[in-house]
Amino acid sequence: MLNIYCPICQRDCDETELSCGGQAHLIRRDHASSDKDFYEYLYERKNGKGIIFERWRHVYGCGKWFHTARCTLTNQVFGSYSAKEVQPPKSILATIRRSRVDFKGWVK
Amino acid sequence: MSSRLPQEGSRINREKTVDFRFNGKNLKGFYGDTVASALLANNEMFVARSFKYHRPRGLFSAGEEEPNALMGIGEGPSFEPNIRATEVKLRQNMNVASQNHWPSLRFDFLSINNVFSRFFAAGFYYKTFMWPRAAWKYLFEPMIRRASGLGNAPSEYDEEYYEHIYHHTDVLIIGGGLAGITAAKALRDRGLSIMLCEKDCVIGGRYLEDSKIEERDRYKKFHEKSIGILKKSKDISVKLNTTVTGIFDHGFVLAYEENQHSNKASKKALWKIRAKTMILCTGAIERPIVFPDNDLPGIMLAASVRDYMQKYGVLLGDRLVLTTNNDYAYKTVIELKHRGIDIPVVLDARDSSDNPIIKEAEGLGIRILFGKCIGRVEGKRKASAIGICSVNGEGTIEELIPCNAIAVSGGWTPNVNLWSHCGGKLLWDGECGFYKPDPENTPTGREGETNMLALGACAGVFSNYDIQDHVPRKINQLASRLKIKSKRYIETNVFSKESEKKTKPVFALPHGASKDKQKRMYIDFQNDVKVSDLQLAVQEGFENVEHAKRYTTLGMATDQGKTSNINGIHVLSQSLGKPVDKIGHTTFRPPYKPIPLGLIAGQYAKKLFKPVRKTPIDKWNLLNNAIWEPVADWRRAYAYPKGNEGLEETLSREVLSVRKNVGLLDSSTLGKILVKGPDAGRFLDLIYTNMISTLKAGKCRYGLMCNEAGFVFDDGVVARLNDQSFLCHTTSGGADRVYAWLEEWLQTEWHHLKVFIVNLTEQYSQIAVAGPKSRELLQTFKSIDLSAEKLPFMNFIETNIDDIWVRIYRISFSGELSYELAVNSNQAEELWNKLNKVGKKYKLQPYGTEALHILRAEKGFIVVGDETDGTVTPHDLGMEWIVSKKKKDFIGKKAFSLPHLNSSIRKQLVGILTLDTNKVLPDGCHAVEDGKAIGHVTSTYFSPTLKRSIALGLIENGRSRKGSTLEFEISSKESIFAKIVDPNFYDPEGAKQDG
Ligand SMILES: [Zn+2]
Repeated sequence: MLNIYCPICQRDCDETELSCGGQAHLIRRDHASSDKDFYEYLYERKNGKGIIFERWRHVYGCGKWFHTARCTLTNQVFGSYSAKEVQPPKSILATIRRSRVDFKGWVK
Repeated sequence: MSSRLPQEGSRINREKTVDFRFNGKNLKGFYGDTVASALLANNEMFVARSFKYHRPRGLFSAGEEEPNALMGIGEGPSFEPNIRATEVKLRQNMNVASQNHWPSLRFDFLSINNVFSRFFAAGFYYKTFMWPRAAWKYLFEPMIRRASGLGNAPSEYDEEYYEHIYHHTDVLIIGGGLAGITAAKALRDRGLSIMLCEKDCVIGGRYLEDSKIEERDRYKKFHEKSIGILKKSKDISVKLNTTVTGIFDHGFVLAYEENQHSNKASKKALWKIRAKTMILCTGAIERPIVFPDNDLPGIMLAASVRDYMQKYGVLLGDRLVLTTNNDYAYKTVIELKHRGIDIPVVLDARDSSDNPIIKEAEGLGIRILFGKCIGRVEGKRKASAIGICSVNGEGTIEELIPCNAIAVSGGWTPNVNLWSHCGGKLLWDGECGFYKPDPENTPTGREGETNMLALGACAGVFSNYDIQDHVPRKINQLASRLKIKSKRYIETNVFSKESEKKTKPVFALPHGASKDKQKRMYIDFQNDVKVSDLQLAVQEGFENVEHAKRYTTLGMATDQGKTSNINGIHVLSQSLGKPVDKIGHTTFRPPYKPIPLGLIAGQYAKKLFKPVRKTPIDKWNLLNNAIWEPVADWRRAYAYPKGNEGLEETLSREVLSVRKNVGLLDSSTLGKILVKGPDAGRFLDLIYTNMISTLKAGKCRYGLMCNEAGFVFDDGVVARLNDQSFLCHTTSGGADRVYAWLEEWLQTEWHHLKVFIVNLTEQYSQIAVAGPKSRELLQTFKSIDLSAEKLPFMNFIETNIDDIWVRIYRISFSGELSYELAVNSNQAEELWNKLNKVGKKYKLQPYGTEALHILRAEKGFIVVGDETDGTVTPHDLGMEWIVSKKKKDFIGKKAFSLPHLNSSIRKQLVGILTLDTNKVLPDGCHAVEDGKAIGHVTSTYFSPTLKRSIALGLIENGRSRKGSTLEFEISSKESIFAKIVDPNFYDPEGAKQDG
């Protein structure tokens, strides 16, 4: 059972308090977008092995959404940050690089 | 014959006898006995039948690795199947029954499987799938159902008390043998919280039992001192009888505590532990050597033979043969010989050994044959003699030795299961012939840090001297790595240094065993997997260890292959001609020890399993004969039958009272979400498909929500309470979902908007007063004026009924003049009673959810979840009027412009009238055209108002089919024909809703 830090409550939470919301940093495509962009927004998700950026909601806690960076191989968590961020903060990327020298950075 | 010695037994109290029953026989044991030791003391050597061939089996071990002696324990509500006899303490009047036989242990009809065993070889189940269907139906399935499965499922409700306990600790030490005790001592006084879990009822592992007579006092003193330190240390908590059974992500640990101290029913607890660091001290498990006929009762692991003698004063037999490949196993025969037991021969697979223990054994007059092993065991239900053969060759018998017990030891396997549960990798130690934890590839925690350290025998360090030497060193290293208060811990080694030569591993003997012998060499006792089965698997191409395991079921029984894994891997490696480290091992998975299902449920059983949500009017509903209907987590009144009414009569009465007079509905479960703030209107315009921001305060509007794909998600009435506040009503089942949906969009997409959202579903209750006489009824309360001018349709007012604050909406879900009264939940029951009382004059009838559904279906109103299923658009429902053309953006807008959502072949909502007006279509039945399903029924009722059957459905291109007749297939033999019409059967002009 994962244990993840809620940046709003500023405390560690068991996975049973949380609900996972899938890939973070999706860009919403509205009616003015192309069909292809809209299709990708609706259905295309990364399914990577290794570092992923994902959304969590502290549903049985403060109720707030936040983002984390996690390794799908080892479940190492590299930190949590606000759901308002449109891309992972520099501090998180630096933390990842410290333990994954081959990390290529965040890709949209 | 097994028996009890006149004295000895460190675990038992001979002053207290305990009565118990085994297969109906009354037997006696001592307080402190396990079921296994008590059975052996009563000469019950044949205690089980194997799973597949129903072969006679006896106790093979004294611990958790026991593959054979699974028992049904207890009776009635306290009955528990598949309990290892070696792990359960004997209790007064305990009922113990063996399993897996019919009609009785001695005369088991199904042991005929044994005779036909060649048909049941590896892959039997998979192969028979290819046989004709009839063979399965009449032959295999009935036979397998009778024969398969282990114990019987309990037939009564489990009355055992189960508990879940949460615990956080800095360090969790798993195992209280020498390594675990030393680790705990070394970690104390550093400001850490330390928990030590020991599966046994005492700590100390094996070192007291293993000591020589001259060492015993010294070790005992050391032991008592250690226990004293652990007891005194406030930072150490020791949990006995607690088995760690699973390691999960981020240091989450499950441990199973079974408190067997009392004579009453035991208490069982599931510990959910979050540990920053885990120290694995799980020791090792003795490994058998596989030889022909090695599964007969009377054959036991060598250390277990000694355990029964030293701990329980029980002898496996008085003429015992040992077959081994290591020096340690000689301790067993030496101890037996000291007690005058006859040891006719020791067969040692090695060429020689210069360990002093060999001299000691020889000095006692024990005959030792090197390079020999067992080639055959005589006896039908119990070993009675062995045939000696050479380890090399096919197993020709050189000499027959009568005996009544056989001890076997192939060395020890580190107990590494828990290391592997959460990512730890294993290394093959070719010299010793086992897997051990790889210190370079450890389990890791949340920050990627190493969070487990293996010490002692589970790490491949076996001698007490070495353990006491290396554990403090490793703990000091750990302390400096973790930067915890470090003070070097040093301990004087009390153990004698033993000259232990590495043992050459052997697994299955004799090396060249003939085909016939291989069929009698059992690797996995619990699943009856033999050497020949593994060879067959390889022959048939199952070369990967994971495939071979599943094909033969090796290691897949409830003992998780504790005694069989390594031997199985080795036999596989030989059959494939590949070294063991190239074969790999199967994955160890939780649970290490099986957990009762009741323990997983814990206290969340019965009423707490899934708590029922009740409305404030629930008590009245209960007293008034309500039939219940679950709606999400709520229970709602489905109907209120009176006297001898049939259900149809009840529904008819309830519906007609709304159409003719007035009805009363408890609609408190309706979702109510308050959206408030300067940007509330803008936000809701993005959420709903229609315009909400233009709504005037005091007015209501029906709204529809879709998802981005354009499919209907929820619906309900929105009321604008004031400039900045909207109360959004949702479906009863959708309230939580909609609330989460709004929060998600607000927090993650439109977080610049100034809006707060609160779910007020339980704060307000709601009562619908519906029917032509509803206005008249409510007007009897002098305080309110509900004239059409004062309160037009889709408006609301806030007022009081007597002293009760109410918000009265004039909305209708039935097509009649209707009001819905929102009230603070604490006054809902009072208001309900008032309305009922006043309503008598107007023949008011309370109505339930079924009448509600019939009333709305008569009007063709949709219900989200009936008329929609997540693939239905507003356009499909004929509701394009609710999709705004003016709004710049809202959820779903892009999707509505996509061609496939506007295609004419999509299913569209229609009304359906059966040609035979009395025939009601089954819900969900399909409309067929040219042999193709072209749609289905979504709601179907007998309408009491129209006195005929009505239905709604989604039919391909349905709107253009109006007037035509379609066939609805209700079975392969019967069809119902019906006409497609407008989905509005009653008062299509809408004249009735104004009263
Ligand atoms: Zn939180």
